[in-house]
Amino acid sequence: MLDNPKKALVSVRDVKMHFPIHTGVLRRKTGAVKAVDGITFDIMEGETLGLVGESGCGKSTAGRAVLRLYDITSGEITMDGIEIGSTPQSQLREMRPMMQMVFQDPQASLNPRMTVEAIIREPLDEHTTLTAQEKREKVAELMDAVGLNRAFAKRYPQAFSGGQRQRIGIARALALNPKFIVCDEPIAALDVSIQAQVVNLLEDLQEKFGLTYLFISHDLSMVRHIATRVAVMYLGKIVELAERETLFAEPLHPYAKALLSAVPEPDPALARKTERIILQGDVPSPSNPPKGCNFCTRCPEVMDICREVEPEYREVKPRQFAACHLYNET
Amino acid sequence: MPNGALPVLDVQGLKTVFKTRGGEVHAVNDVSFNLKAGELLGVVGESGSGKSVTMMSLLGLLPMPPAEIRAGRVMFDGQDLLKVSAEELRKVRGGKIGFIFQDPMTSLNPVFSVGYQIAEPLRKHMGMSKKEAAARSQELLELVGIPDAERRLDDYPHQFSGGMRQRVMIAIALACDPQVLIADEPTTALDVTIQAQILELMQELREKLGMAVIWITHDLGVIAGIADRVMVMYGGQVVEHAPVQELFSNPQHPYTAALLKTIPSISGKRAARLTVIEGQPPLVVGAPTSCPFRERCAKAMPVCAVKVPTRYEIGAGHDTACLLADPLEVANAG
Repeated sequence: MLDNPKKALVSVRDVKMHFPIHTGVLRRKTGAVKAVDGITFDIMEGETLGLVGESGCGKSTAGRAVLRLYDITSGEITMDGIEIGSTPQSQLREMRPMMQMVFQDPQASLNPRMTVEAIIREPLDEHTTLTAQEKREKVAELMDAVGLNRAFAKRYPQAFSGGQRQRIGIARALALNPKFIVCDEPIAALDVSIQAQVVNLLEDLQEKFGLTYLFISHDLSMVRHIATRVAVMYLGKIVELAERETLFAEPLHPYAKALLSAVPEPDPALARKTERIILQGDVPSPSNPPKGCNFCTRCPEVMDICREVEPEYREVKPRQFAACHLYNET
Repeated sequence: MPNGALPVLDVQGLKTVFKTRGGEVHAVNDVSFNLKAGELLGVVGESGSGKSVTMMSLLGLLPMPPAEIRAGRVMFDGQDLLKVSAEELRKVRGGKIGFIFQDPMTSLNPVFSVGYQIAEPLRKHMGMSKKEAAARSQELLELVGIPDAERRLDDYPHQFSGGMRQRVMIAIALACDPQVLIADEPTTALDVTIQAQILELMQELREKLGMAVIWITHDLGVIAGIADRVMVMYGGQVVEHAPVQELFSNPQHPYTAALLKTIPSISGKRAARLTVIEGQPPLVVGAPTSCPFRERCAKAMPVCAVKVPTRYEIGAGHDTACLLADPLEVANAG
């Protein structure tokens, strides 16, 4: 990754986010949910890094941890050259304008008692010293940019459909001219015919404003469309990270292979031909992950060493990273 | 009937409306379809297209009021399900017709053990004793691939994962050897690897038990893999109906064609830009007077605003509700 001519906007090194479990009358700490357990990656300026995985794998927690919406357990996060992994929340506030988030559920992430104008203006109120007139103009510009009719500025979120609400959320994220946006399942709550509208909008905005995205999704075909590189998470760890085309054509990690083969192909002739790798069983609990490799309980290619030693996450092929014993030379 | 097989379920002209303060919402408009023994009919549509309301109407599961079934006939097992008494319908539901709902988290009762919930239809519909029902419950859990079935009968729903809970739902639906299974988005709440498990299980069970299945989903990928025939719904109407291969290779309704283009492929060529269907799905208030897709349709004609399309046959087992295929309009244009 170091020889990449592009500059890394975001660097994440061995970040862990463990949530304590308290039990008993005295609420003593008796364990931890290892939601994110040591992830390392870079996001280059202007690229979209897709982060995929199944529910509970820690992808949303990873996205929030990168933005320091949590106080992380350990690790380093560098945002545009500044270390923010251990910065206290009060000082982080100054950096918030450059890093923003688009949430999954536009229904729940917009205040129903605020007008669209007030929602989009709120970050401007908090972080800028613009006059009321300037703010009004900025809000109108943002509404144009995301394809919302300016005339609807005084309406409340419930007057809008799901796709339009997601546009409001995107306009709010754009208000402070951020460099980096975490999109946490931005299309999961939308109808199929609306998903494409929002994805196209995100792509247009990226081009127009030179944005860098971390695109979190469980929809692999959509990630294949939008992402430059893709990271696959399983049980709190990244198991594979590669260029989009490489990952989808030749995945290395057995979990990445199984995940890709499980995606239904919208073509009857192809769908009935594809060999699916059906995984047995369920994902183990992140509070009690298995010894050795996290995937060893379900892996079709499991070996003895997998149940003993945790595989190292390393560059197996040029620009293709994986954590799997199958690819250790020795 | 093509294939010569007799339909086990035959729905004709179903109309369901909801009375709301904003007017009458016509959720299901003149929907007809049939289901032959052993086949899998896929029903595709976005939220609000009427796919779930159609199935709930024929099972008598809608709250009335506000819902009202205006017209239609649902022939099953020699009787019209819309005319039989509530008592009779209850015997059919969960007996000869099984159903699975989308969310396995909310459709199981948290205060009863899984074993009790599987045994309930067995005792109610089949008149089994407690002991017989328990033995059959264990068989069913084994059938749907839950390991250590005997011990798990006493567990409660919260002790199962999402995929396992959906297996329990399938076990309940299969308890009384149904002829027809209605599955409403049964894998939507599940992860893809778990979805793949459930889809494979369903295919196995269909072969083993020979039942007919109606599979409701918004995911065309799932449909492509499992369905024999597909019915596409939009705005409360069936807009296209065809054998699965035909629908994907030769979609005739502009909505079907556009929908197929909006979904990115996982293995095919990657499009530089996704095709978009502009606008929003409609809410049909009042009786329909035009084509529901007209405002988003790239091929809309003036006549689409004043005439409600009916289903026009355009090939073997393939029909579409688009005025472009209306022989009258074609004659006028020509």
